[in-house]
Amino acid sequence: MSVIHPDELNAKRLTGVLGLDRPQAIDARTGDGTLIDDPAKRAPLVLNGRSFHDITNIVCGYVEEKPGGWWLVALGLAAMLAGIGTLMIVYLLVTGVGVWGLNNRVDWAWDITNFVFWIGIGHAGTLISAILCILKQKWRTSINRAAEAMTIFAVICAGTFPGIHVGRIWFIWMVFPIPNSNGIWPNFKSPLLWDVFAVSTYFTVSLLFWYMGMIPDMATLRDRAVGRLRASTSGPTVLPFLRLRVDQLRAWIYGFLALGWRFSSRHWREYEKAYLLLAGVSTPLVLSVHSIVSFDFATSILPGWHTTIFPPYFVAGAIFGGFAMVLLLMIPARELYPNMKDLITLRHLENMAKILLVTGSMVGFSYAMEFFIAWYSGNRYEADVFVFNRLVPPFLAGPDGRYAPYWWAYWTMIFCNVVSPQVFWFRGCRVSPLWIFVVSCFITVGMWFERFVIIVTSLHRAFLPGQWGMFYPTPVDILTFVGTCGIFLFLFLLFLKFLPAFAMSEIKNVTPAASPHEDH
Amino acid sequence: MAKAHNTIYKTSAGEVVYGMMAEFATPADTFHAAEKIRDSGYKKWDVYSPFMIHGIDEAMGLKNSRLPLAVGLIGLTGAAVGFGFQYWVATRGFGTVVQGKPLGAWQAFIPVTFEIGVLFTAFTALLAMLAFNLLPMWYHPLMKKERFLRVSDDRFVICIESRDPNFDSKKTWSLLEGAKGYNVQLVEE
Repeated sequence: MSVIHPDELNAKRLTGVLGLDRPQAIDARTGDGTLIDDPAKRAPLVLNGRSFHDITNIVCGYVEEKPGGWWLVALGLAAMLAGIGTLMIVYLLVTGVGVWGLNNRVDWAWDITNFVFWIGIGHAGTLISAILCILKQKWRTSINRAAEAMTIFAVICAGTFPGIHVGRIWFIWMVFPIPNSNGIWPNFKSPLLWDVFAVSTYFTVSLLFWYMGMIPDMATLRDRAVGRLRASTSGPTVLPFLRLRVDQLRAWIYGFLALGWRFSSRHWREYEKAYLLLAGVSTPLVLSVHSIVSFDFATSILPGWHTTIFPPYFVAGAIFGGFAMVLLLMIPARELYPNMKDLITLRHLENMAKILLVTGSMVGFSYAMEFFIAWYSGNRYEADVFVFNRLVPPFLAGPDGRYAPYWWAYWTMIFCNVVSPQVFWFRGCRVSPLWIFVVSCFITVGMWFERFVIIVTSLHRAFLPGQWGMFYPTPVDILTFVGTCGIFLFLFLLFLKFLPAFAMSEIKNVTPAASPHEDH
Repeated sequence: MAKAHNTIYKTSAGEVVYGMMAEFATPADTFHAAEKIRDSGYKKWDVYSPFMIHGIDEAMGLKNSRLPLAVGLIGLTGAAVGFGFQYWVATRGFGTVVQGKPLGAWQAFIPVTFEIGVLFTAFTALLAMLAFNLLPMWYHPLMKKERFLRVSDDRFVICIESRDPNFDSKKTWSLLEGAKGYNVQLVEE
């Protein structure tokens, strides 16, 4: 491999031979050049022959330069929704859970639906950062940082719901493993307590993993700011009257967070070991979290919940829904940010579409298996749940006039989760960002409905007719959920602006120029 | 017996010398230079690169990291403490009979034991990485160097410290230059 001396490359760029903005050539067969079907050829992970310096400039540019006008508009909108959500939470806390639509029959509804929905979203981030790391899937390097950020923000949204749904919020400390004033300890045999440990561990470990990954990249941001400070005495200030330079602020903040990282190989060696170990423990962790969430249901005796298939079914569904959310965030970002298409190629999108197809089919298989077991177990209640709680619409009601009041929720779920991802059998849909985006929207809706179906539909027809009732959401229910979407988006937009959205050091390491052996 | 090394190198301006650094153009040049420096018997030196160059630990002659051992031990300790704590709570702290099973039915304690083990492992991985690397350390002589800042972007630097017994201003200079290093310069403390 011939290597251009970095100074020579710089000189070329200065004379305009290599600009930072380069249009992408789209080819009918290979898309942007990454959709190579030949297994003997390795598809490039970074397009346009980007050098290390280009990658630094592109990624740091997202932080250092002014974002497009859309960013402020989107941030304002998200902040508004987040504000509404916060108001709803305050209203709930000062009034009581009666402001929600849940009742004595359906006593878990949107709160737990939203909790499971958000915690599931998080799982794709950990899958990308941990499991794909262990499997040496190099394409993960350009999506892992954003996906990990998404995980953390989703878990923040998820954690809100169990926190606020307890009714008497001043007793929330009872979830912690400390005895109350009567010397009574929490019951460690309860899946609800396991859940507290699983979710809080998951959040903490995801945060550590995310932060550790960002240490070298924040050191890059620090060094660039320091370089500019040394090169000139002028530059943009924080505010017109506050004569503190933005670069000074960056040097302090990123410098503090980078902990004095200086890219030493002796450090890198420990770092890579620690990174691998974190990936190693995050892998079983992510599988355990949604398994434990599913235990909240599976260990009860309620028909529709009391199923051994729940743990794998929940984990597959979580990864499915999470990948859809990654795509919902990254496809627009890829269009809006300059040069992002060089880092997130069509092949990245195609790979993720394939994961959607696989996990969607696993989820579909689980739905079918629930029916099979309901029949095969010979349990009348179980069979009744699946036929008359979920499946039968009013126009197909049986001779006694029974039908499933929530049939529309069930069929929405089936259409969105099982039918819609099947378009990815066709290559044309798999490589089209528009198709992927639309299907991801369906999947996100479908995965929310899946949790609604499991929770509300199972509860609304329990064993005794006296326990039967319907659930109607109140405006507070709806706006709280919309509010968490706002919180999620708000945090994600701040992340895109203020933190390195791509793992620069990892991306540099997977480019061909990073190989220490000339013959590659 | 090894010669006691207590020479303090100073620049012509009288500043104490931390070491001597050289830049390298590519990962391959850096890799081969590292092998040469390793074979010349240097111990106190380091390679600085924007990412970990594949196999650089062997090229530098570094021994295996003991990080996994520390992480494994503390992780398992955490799991043991978590299990013991739950067992104590369930049997002595406040016994609750669930589904007619014995108070100390251990199977129910596994999920939380696992989570606590993971929590300890993760904290240890990050904190041990920092401790082994003597971080946080917000100041370093190299950070004053204008050309060193580009290591966080696309440059490769090797720095041999003056406290290395083999350090010799002339020989080290020619070794670095001979290994395709350029912009060789002294780093002041």
